[in-house]
Amino acid sequence: MTPVFTSLQWSDLLFLLEGAWNTILISVVAIILGSVLGAIIGWLMSLKNTALNLTMMSIIDVFRSVPLLIQLILFDSFVAIAGFPLPPFFSGTIVLTVYTAALVAGVARAGIEAVPPTLRAAARCLGLSYFQELRYVTFPVGLRTAFPSWLGVALATVKDSALVSAIGYVELLRASQILNTRTQESVKIMLLVGVLYFALSYPLSLLGSRYEKKMASNDHP
Amino acid sequence: MIILENVHKSFGSLKVLKGVNLTVHEGEVVSLIGASGSGKSTLLYCINGLEKIDSGRVTVDGTDVHAKGTDINKLRQKLGTVFQQWNSFPHLTALENVALAPRVVSKLDKAAAREVAAAQLERVGLKDKFDHYPSQMSGGQQQRLAIARALAMKPDYMLFDEATSALDPELVTEVLDTMRMLASDGMTMIVVTHEMSFARDVSDRVAFFKQGVLAEIGPAREVMESPKDPDLQRFLSSSTR
Ligand SMILES: Nc1ncnc2c1ncn2[C@@H]1O[C@H](COP(=O)(O)OP(=O)(O)OP(=O)(O)O)[C@@H](O)[C@H]1O
Ligand SMILES: [Mg+2]
Repeated sequence: MTPVFTSLQWSDLLFLLEGAWNTILISVVAIILGSVLGAIIGWLMSLKNTALNLTMMSIIDVFRSVPLLIQLILFDSFVAIAGFPLPPFFSGTIVLTVYTAALVAGVARAGIEAVPPTLRAAARCLGLSYFQELRYVTFPVGLRTAFPSWLGVALATVKDSALVSAIGYVELLRASQILNTRTQESVKIMLLVGVLYFALSYPLSLLGSRYEKKMASNDHP
Repeated sequence: MIILENVHKSFGSLKVLKGVNLTVHEGEVVSLIGASGSGKSTLLYCINGLEKIDSGRVTVDGTDVHAKGTDINKLRQKLGTVFQQWNSFPHLTALENVALAPRVVSKLDKAAAREVAAAQLERVGLKDKFDHYPSQMSGGQQQRLAIARALAMKPDYMLFDEATSALDPELVTEVLDTMRMLASDGMTMIVVTHEMSFARDVSDRVAFFKQGVLAEIGPAREVMESPKDPDLQRFLSSSTR
């Protein structure tokens, strides 16, 4: 008779690391694509075109206010019903990217709007075209304001990626739950998982404090 | 040569320019004086295309600033503009501030752009500030940086919009001295200013802006010392500097 529960083995650590890798994969893709998409939407919202703005604001509000878990399940079921079932990684990445983009859009817009109009005008007066000014002045100057909030969004994306487990993607949290059920050694496993999540987020935090230090060094003599 | 012909401009129902005529010749320094809110800045921005005009014509060396086909980015390389706020790019060092447009707009390589930038920074007396960030510089130094940045594009004209108004009194002189140096180098300049001594001593002509038009214009000493317009007389006697 085989036992119902088996204790933790070395191979389980590998299983957890594999889950952590999947968390990294989906988070990195969602943060990069979501940031690019969000920056473009934020820029569009900073152009004072009211009709376009209102449309985008309401769309963004939907993505921001409906819980991510529900968005994941709805999207995953819809594509399946529509006859194009996607592997969990893809539907998870799409939903997490759009969700991240909706959050980044507001951050990007605030960053762009924090750049003084006369600074932008001064750059244009030197002969820079609209897009040259955007790239060489507004974007880097706005980033200084937006960076701390952007970092917050990025860290939240890493944690929120755990919800993708609900549609069957075996990332770090799901991997730990599977082990939990089998071994019943939940304290040990959760401790390990906590350490792993920290290890995933730490590089981002490190990036943040290094960037802020760099900014501070040219903000104060 | 910069020519304004019957230029009109409104913001909504507020008529700011009501038929401005002005010709500025090569090598000339023209000061624009007038009450706050009278439209002096607007006039400058109509020359460099930051503001559109409702009717009339503005030409710079024969090119119509507001015509459909005009390449405004190219035209602006001829027109250096310095604002009241010094507008330094905070993320760039002094040298990078000045080198940005030569690199991006004139497409110079990095070394050539830095060379141009270094020469202009030296010209405005910022030789020892190349690697400083704007936050490490005083207002007067940042305003000279703004002048160097404009000069790096080798403009034929310089437009100054109250370049010293936002500065602490003790920093005004160094910026005015830089502007004087430019004038004596033969730069064509249109200077909006509240510095009456600058208008009188440095400019060739002074124009008094009143209710949307240039109410009085003439040789600097004449306008400043024996004004005809009664409002100009009042304006001059109430100005402290
Ligand atoms: N973008 C704008 N929209 C609406 N009104 C404007 C705008 N820019 C300027 N104005 C108005 O036009 C008038 C002229 O402004 P302008 O800045 O040209 O005056 P000014 O002579 O430069 O004044 P100051 O000496 O205070 O700089 C003012 O009444 C101002 O409020
Ligand atoms: Mg003004």
